[in-house]
Amino acid sequence: MSGPNTDYDPVEVSALDPAAIEAASEDALAAIAAATSLDQLKAVRISHQGERSPLALANREIGALPPSAKAEAGKRVGRARAGVAAAIAARQTELEAERDERILVEERVDVTVPATRRTPGARHPIELVTQRLADAFVGMGWEVAEGPELEAEWLNFDALNLGPDHPARQMQDTFFLDPVDSGLVLRTHTSPVQVRTMLEQEPPIYIVAPGKVFRTDDLDATHTPVFHQIECLAIDKGLTMAHLRGAIDAFVRIMFGEEIRTRVRCSYFPFTEPSMETDFVCFACHGAGAGDAGGQCRVCGGSGWIELGGSGMVNHKVLRACGIDPDVHSGFAFGLGIERALMLRHGVQGMHEMVEGDIRFSQQFGMEV
Amino acid sequence: MRAPLTWLAEYTDLAPGASGADVAASLVSVGLEEEDLHGGDLVGPLVVGRVLAFDEQKQKNGKTIRFCVVDVGPHGQMLTEGRAQEIVCGATNFAVGDLVVVVLPGAVLPGGFAISARKTYGQISNGMICSEAEIGLGSDHDGIIVLSRLLGPERAADLTPGDDAIALLGLAEETIEANVTPDRGYCFSVRGLAREYWHSQGSPAGGFRDPAAVTTPERNERGHEVRVEDAAPISAVPGCDRFVARVVRGIDATRPSPAWMRRRLTQMGMRPISLAVDVTNYVMFALGQPLHAYDLDTLSGPIVVRRARAGERLTTLDGVERVLDVEDLLITDAGQDILGVAGVMGGAASEVGSSTTDVLIEAAHFDPASIARSSRRHQLVSEASKRFERGVDPQVAPAAAQLAVELLTAHGGGEADDGVTDVDDTTSPAAYRLDVTQPGRIVGVDYPRERVVQILRDLGCEVTATGDERHVEVRAPSWRPDLVDGPDYAEEVARIEGYNTIPSITPTPTGGRGLTHAQKARRVVANALAGAGFTEVLTYPFVAEDLADRLMISAGDERRHAVRLANPLSDERPLLRTSVVSTLVDALRRNVSRGHRDVALFELGMVFRPGGPLDQAPIPSVLTRPSDEALRQVYAAVPAQPRRAGIVASGHIEHAGWWGPGRPADWSDMVVAVRSVAAALAVPVLVVGDHGHRPWHPGRCARVTLEDGTLVGHAGELHPKVLAALDLPARTVAAEIDIDVLIAASDRAVQALPFSTYPPALTDVALLVRSDVPAGEVEAALRAGAGDCLEAVALFDVYEGDRLEAGHRSLAYRLTFRAADRTLTTDEVNGFRDAAVAVAAQATGAVQR
Repeated sequence: MSGPNTDYDPVEVSALDPAAIEAASEDALAAIAAATSLDQLKAVRISHQGERSPLALANREIGALPPSAKAEAGKRVGRARAGVAAAIAARQTELEAERDERILVEERVDVTVPATRRTPGARHPIELVTQRLADAFVGMGWEVAEGPELEAEWLNFDALNLGPDHPARQMQDTFFLDPVDSGLVLRTHTSPVQVRTMLEQEPPIYIVAPGKVFRTDDLDATHTPVFHQIECLAIDKGLTMAHLRGAIDAFVRIMFGEEIRTRVRCSYFPFTEPSMETDFVCFACHGAGAGDAGGQCRVCGGSGWIELGGSGMVNHKVLRACGIDPDVHSGFAFGLGIERALMLRHGVQGMHEMVEGDIRFSQQFGMEV
Repeated sequence: MRAPLTWLAEYTDLAPGASGADVAASLVSVGLEEEDLHGGDLVGPLVVGRVLAFDEQKQKNGKTIRFCVVDVGPHGQMLTEGRAQEIVCGATNFAVGDLVVVVLPGAVLPGGFAISARKTYGQISNGMICSEAEIGLGSDHDGIIVLSRLLGPERAADLTPGDDAIALLGLAEETIEANVTPDRGYCFSVRGLAREYWHSQGSPAGGFRDPAAVTTPERNERGHEVRVEDAAPISAVPGCDRFVARVVRGIDATRPSPAWMRRRLTQMGMRPISLAVDVTNYVMFALGQPLHAYDLDTLSGPIVVRRARAGERLTTLDGVERVLDVEDLLITDAGQDILGVAGVMGGAASEVGSSTTDVLIEAAHFDPASIARSSRRHQLVSEASKRFERGVDPQVAPAAAQLAVELLTAHGGGEADDGVTDVDDTTSPAAYRLDVTQPGRIVGVDYPRERVVQILRDLGCEVTATGDERHVEVRAPSWRPDLVDGPDYAEEVARIEGYNTIPSITPTPTGGRGLTHAQKARRVVANALAGAGFTEVLTYPFVAEDLADRLMISAGDERRHAVRLANPLSDERPLLRTSVVSTLVDALRRNVSRGHRDVALFELGMVFRPGGPLDQAPIPSVLTRPSDEALRQVYAAVPAQPRRAGIVASGHIEHAGWWGPGRPADWSDMVVAVRSVAAALAVPVLVVGDHGHRPWHPGRCARVTLEDGTLVGHAGELHPKVLAALDLPARTVAAEIDIDVLIAASDRAVQALPFSTYPPALTDVALLVRSDVPAGEVEAALRAGAGDCLEAVALFDVYEGDRLEAGHRSLAYRLTFRAADRTLTTDEVNGFRDAAVAVAAQATGAVQR
């Protein structure tokens, strides 16, 4: 490998000497091929293409030649110079490509080093599950209704056919505002939202009402004094228990999968008549009742079914209290606890995780469930 | 409610070979949820044994242990080669020669407790002598079972060691337990459950044998006098509308109840006590009619049913002295001595005892509401109150009394009086004119008329034709007070036909309007905060009385006007929060205590404020829609509950790493968080310093408002004293945002401003100002003076130091100008800048450096 040809004496080349021209051209091409960096190529360009390079000088000499020799010498020198220029350009492109490639290699970093400057935030899964259910129902043409958490006793109980002697109205179940006869309670279910909606809107009504509810239970693995429900209410002409089943089935599919079947049985709730209880096939064991290890399925406890929640056709007394004529309109309502749905669907072990606010809990779920 | 299969089988035909699980499943199909299965889970050998000898030794642990030799017949030969069984026993309630129950190695007791020969107190014990509790016979585990006491000496005399004790004690019998909903009081009886099981099998003719179908003597005037004197019925419903009294004389109260009755009571989960008590309980389980037995000798006059008088007291059977309420319905002796709280619990004084010879049996019917109130008032739930509250068949009382009389005379040796008291004020339920197509229209299944009528008749209803084909007159049976109108009958038809025949049809609303702006905006706020690195949590809204003090909230601040719960879970937290931050800090503290140093949280939730004096919320009638005025009062009494976003952070908001040191969360992160929430909703906000708003630091708190001055919230660092009082990390920062205000301000169509495509011109300016001049004011002045071509102002450096005049700082701004219609010249830009600086100089005393 040779360096730039700095001590080459260009004066020795004569434009008239074809051999000299040839030699100068070969020297230049050799130097170009030998250049291994853009800097070397720059020096080669000055030596072999610059004003004082042999071929430039030879080119200058052509003017002094007799006209008879001018044409041929000009052709010879021009060809040599064009060859050198093309070789330089080609080598330039080559070396630039090599340099660009090398820079990319040199700039390599270790992308596996942790680089989180800020821990990402997260939504609480109770909210995300609520959104999932609400969005699915909104997609089917329902609307989302809301109401206050501190609620009038009349809206929470009386209007829902939970009369003054109903057990749920006792102090051991319900938070009453001080003084006890204030007529205000922390709502024990989301049903007062139904009442408010029926009082203020003309049928048809198709609403889902998610929200926080309160019962005087101490916190343990399966109870919390503050929890969440989502409830659906439909009031229209000609609604039947078949529509109720259809709505519940839609609900179960949204939460637990398209293939999940339900079964229903008779039950009792003051605000519905007829009333219904729904079970759905366990999504973990698909009704087999057996767990992976051969024992009982840990999700359904071996029965193959999971209890979803209560429902029914809105009691005529409730309709009348809300100013809806039961001879014209009928309706249904159903609801369930979000915490329970979360425990089932996401394997949450107990209530503590959901209410303590430990950041590790929410951060598992991201922004959509 | 429990029912042993053998008992059910007396009243109805069980499907051949039906197990407890099968029967429970059948009951589920007609709406009785399965609660549990009992019995049938004991695997033998469990045999009769005779104690041949024992050696009693006191142990080091203080217990007395008997090393027994027990003859267990042929079973012992297998294990101890022809000798009687050696068994170690911790009980001492037996004697040599007693017949006992022995469980032998290889057996499995209820609960999966496997028995093997094992060493106890230094000796091999080849099995165990059993207590009632150990074999699932009852709850008694004070001593072992001595069969002559359990079964009576006559029965025990027939037994031989080695006899199978499983059959003897009925331990192979299964007992189902169903959860009875409050509308089906009649199912609190074997009679009711048997009837329901019969329905589950298609109500075959002759398949139900009503135990109440007994011949009862006619009422007459010779019975014990009973007067019902209810001066204050609740809601105009008489407290007592039926009272049957029968007398049995000359019984031997010390005679034990028959073994079969004791066994059934045990299977029902009830402990046998004495003949008279056992009989009343047995009949109650059989028919659902609670009975009460009085010692006739303790009565001096007629039985008078009346309401309590103020201040009256009664010591009930459970030994508790209770102060009675004027609403309590009482059973009294001649109106004076109180015998008991009707339908709830008797008094101690008239209790049947071992010396009782003459017994008065009460079979009465009481108003469910009255019983429910008394039961709750005295926190006294008895088998009787449970049934009366849910509705007892008012026509079953004579049969129940008759059954009790028969059992008492049969097993107690007494004789029944021929006097029969029956005060009967019951009225038959009103007939309902049922549209036979209504069940089908409610359920969504086309039930033929004949099928509807058949089902109602099977249920015990009287169904009579009316003039038109579409309607029938239905009269519900006396045990079904819950059947009142069309939907009630629809449920009956549906459940007897089977709920699972109801099809599933997805309802098709005509189309909704989607989420409201507020609902969408709240999601945007939550997602913006989560996107900014805050983690959502949900905290309880209960706060302590002194929390406002610890938050240093000044007297008179509206956040001190918290609503109070009458029955808080903890007396330490009786109030509802008036700010989200006030409970969010609990979650922060918990995270820190769990070792999370860097915590950034948010919560969206309601706060509760009475907004002045709390009005009492009225409770209007529910028979029709209340008037608009009545509803307005109901709504108005509900305190305002605005939605807030609370944000807190402590520790580093940006982590340290190979890139350099971390950055602690500071006041500015809170202001930025509030600004980004406002920006997410495209609501312009203004920020000024707020020195007086606790719990924030007086020098590090921003007050954020809408452009019209409406308060949006506060953001910054919390006051160091508050942090100390709440045990929070130093430099904890927080913000509270009134989401409702932002949402209201954002509920509009943002109008787009045109923007120029000409190149921008940038120019920097450094201004020297007094340190107490807020940068916000300087910026506002620059904006005011810079003219229409100003596009942006950015503060890119703040310098305070030796090179400046004391008490001053330098603020370096980059101004961006752009014209709508041309490229600005340098001269123009310099002119704008000078104009901006001039206004800033005038407004804030700024001097260009």
